[in-house]
Amino acid sequence: MSELKKEDFLLFLDHVTMQFGGLVAVDDFHNGVKPGELLGLIGPNGAGKTTVFNVITGIYTPTKGRVYFAGMDITGLRPHIITHLGIARTFQNIRLFHNMTVLENVLVSQHHALTNSDADRILKKHGMPVKRTGRFWFWKAILKSPGYINLEKHMVKEAEELLEKVGLLDVKNEKASALPYGMQRKLEIARALATEPKLILLDEPAAGMNPQETEELMEFIVRIRDEFKVTVLLIEHDMKVVMGICERIIVLDYGKIISEGTAAEVSSDPKVIEAYLGEWENVS
Amino acid sequence: MPMEKRLSTKTKIYLTIGLIIVGALLLWGSNYWLESYGQRILKLIAVYGVLAVSYTFVNGITGMFSLGHAGFVAVGAYVSALLTMSPMEKEMSFILEPLIWPLNSIQTDFLTATIAGGIAAAIFAFAIGYPSLRLTGDYLAIVTLGFSEIIRLIALNAQNITNGALGLKGLTEYTNIWWAWGWLLITVVVIASLTYSSYGRALKAIRDDDIAAEAMGINVFKHRLLAFVVSGFFAGIGGSLYAHLLTTIDPRPTTIGVFLTFYLLIMIVLGGLGSITGALIGAALFAILSEWLRIFESNITIGSITIKGIPGMRMVIFSTLFVVTMLVWRRGIMGMEEITWDKLYNWLLRFRKKGQTAEPEPKRGDVDE
Ligand SMILES: Nc1ncnc2c1ncn2[C@@H]1O[C@H](COP(=O)(O)OP(=O)(O)OP(=O)(O)O)[C@@H](O)[C@H]1O
Ligand SMILES: [Mg+2]
Repeated sequence: MSELKKEDFLLFLDHVTMQFGGLVAVDDFHNGVKPGELLGLIGPNGAGKTTVFNVITGIYTPTKGRVYFAGMDITGLRPHIITHLGIARTFQNIRLFHNMTVLENVLVSQHHALTNSDADRILKKHGMPVKRTGRFWFWKAILKSPGYINLEKHMVKEAEELLEKVGLLDVKNEKASALPYGMQRKLEIARALATEPKLILLDEPAAGMNPQETEELMEFIVRIRDEFKVTVLLIEHDMKVVMGICERIIVLDYGKIISEGTAAEVSSDPKVIEAYLGEWENVS
Repeated sequence: MPMEKRLSTKTKIYLTIGLIIVGALLLWGSNYWLESYGQRILKLIAVYGVLAVSYTFVNGITGMFSLGHAGFVAVGAYVSALLTMSPMEKEMSFILEPLIWPLNSIQTDFLTATIAGGIAAAIFAFAIGYPSLRLTGDYLAIVTLGFSEIIRLIALNAQNITNGALGLKGLTEYTNIWWAWGWLLITVVVIASLTYSSYGRALKAIRDDDIAAEAMGINVFKHRLLAFVVSGFFAGIGGSLYAHLLTTIDPRPTTIGVFLTFYLLIMIVLGGLGSITGALIGAALFAILSEWLRIFESNITIGSITIKGIPGMRMVIFSTLFVVTMLVWRRGIMGMEEITWDKLYNWLLRFRKKGQTAEPEPKRGDVDE
């Protein structure tokens, strides 16, 4: 394999290892996501896919290696800062703000632009546009200053536009927990998009859906990628699901990258077939 | 479900101003209509209201399980009492050990003392929150309970500041209807304004799922601390009102200790955890019932039979009522909902609809989507 250069990637994991006690959940991961691509990360149960996400988003600090994003070393930064810098995610088990409405769920994702001055300093240092505009929002929010009222209107407008695009505007005043399952999955994606990310990480968004819903969701993800101009890293357990939409696929097994390439290349790789063999036998 | 109608912001502002004016008139009238006993309950409602609303901001809105509220109430109570007492009164009270300089020689008005009490309590909240707010759930509950107990023990032992077990007695009863209800208004306006802002949404997001909140870019620790400090500030304000209503403050657990926290917990859980109007309802019920139930502690004479009152009986009855209410309403009277103008309006529409067949057409301009 030719040498990978981190400059070619939007997100790059440089020899990242994540160990939990004696268990090596991610083992020397050395690859990344290129700008604009739709990359699939697949692998059998317990392969370490979610752990890769947790390392990228700062929930875990890697035992070894470094994580680079848009020219910044983000290794060990706290999750809210990493989100502010431009990486958003969804969760394998839906984690919505269930007592809040659909609209409020999306509005929450805009809040970081009011407060994270520490993250803005990092953006500034790397010559990137900062998100925070204006100061003292806390006091303005209490006093309901004209500036704050305008901001609030602006936030609601943006959130409603976003909900319109993903087809959830009709249910904006419903409690998140009252939505049917498929819509909850969509709302999680919408909420992640509302942070205005450059890169969005989707952890098994099709889990628990039937084949038709799954297909619709995959089309939805492609549309999102084009419309919001985001780069997508998609975890999926079932390889067949992502074959149609991913330009490139990385296959993980026991924490190691065992194969990488186009859907056709990966699915004919003997190592991949072997890794999935046990599962396919169980299913059929 | 029928479409819910919404009132315009302007209408709601007018209605709110109207409510405040009517409320003020009623409070003014209470000077004439109510005995001093009734007035006392009225003041107690407001003081409990300040304490309950500030408490539910942490426990209900932000979803942290704090059991330390009484500690901040105590700080506010002592600081303000030490500021309103005259140097003369202080010299007479501190008989075991004199009060240290400069506290022994300064005196301020009630407003300054109350704000100072609030600020002092906010500083304590910051100092306690900073090390402990990385904990959650039961751990946080234990740690905050411990800290409030430490504050009480300091009050008990720092003889030359707090007058120890003797406490501060003979305070002027500054907490009149206007101070009590005025501060309640300020507390509700500030807490509600925060709750219904981007900050409030962030706090509720933390309550619902702190991991997801963090993943959406919210600095969870910073926001928890913020809520804790704001809550501490108003607990301190409430403490000042409380001290100058009781006219005495001492370090017994029932006055400023764990009992007070539990009473407040009952109020906010009864009203509905996460609801500001719920906290107010809880506070009012607690103030009224705990006074009214006192009759069960005094001797009752029916004909020739005299039933001897049992001390502490009212809390037994109150607790029973509390348990029954919670069994019926599971999530408290209000749940996480609020009483809003929109809801009252829709309720009124439905109520009128029952009387007449046609639904009254709302006037244009009065209603927006
Ligand atoms: N916090 C943790 N502590 C200990 N072990 C962990 C932790 N998180 C993950 N693991 C372990 O790391 C391994 C990889 O888990 P991970 O959740 O990343 O797998 P996955 O590929 O997402 O699997 P699935 O398809 O089931 O979601 C598993 O063996 C898991 O038990
Ligand atoms: Mg997983």
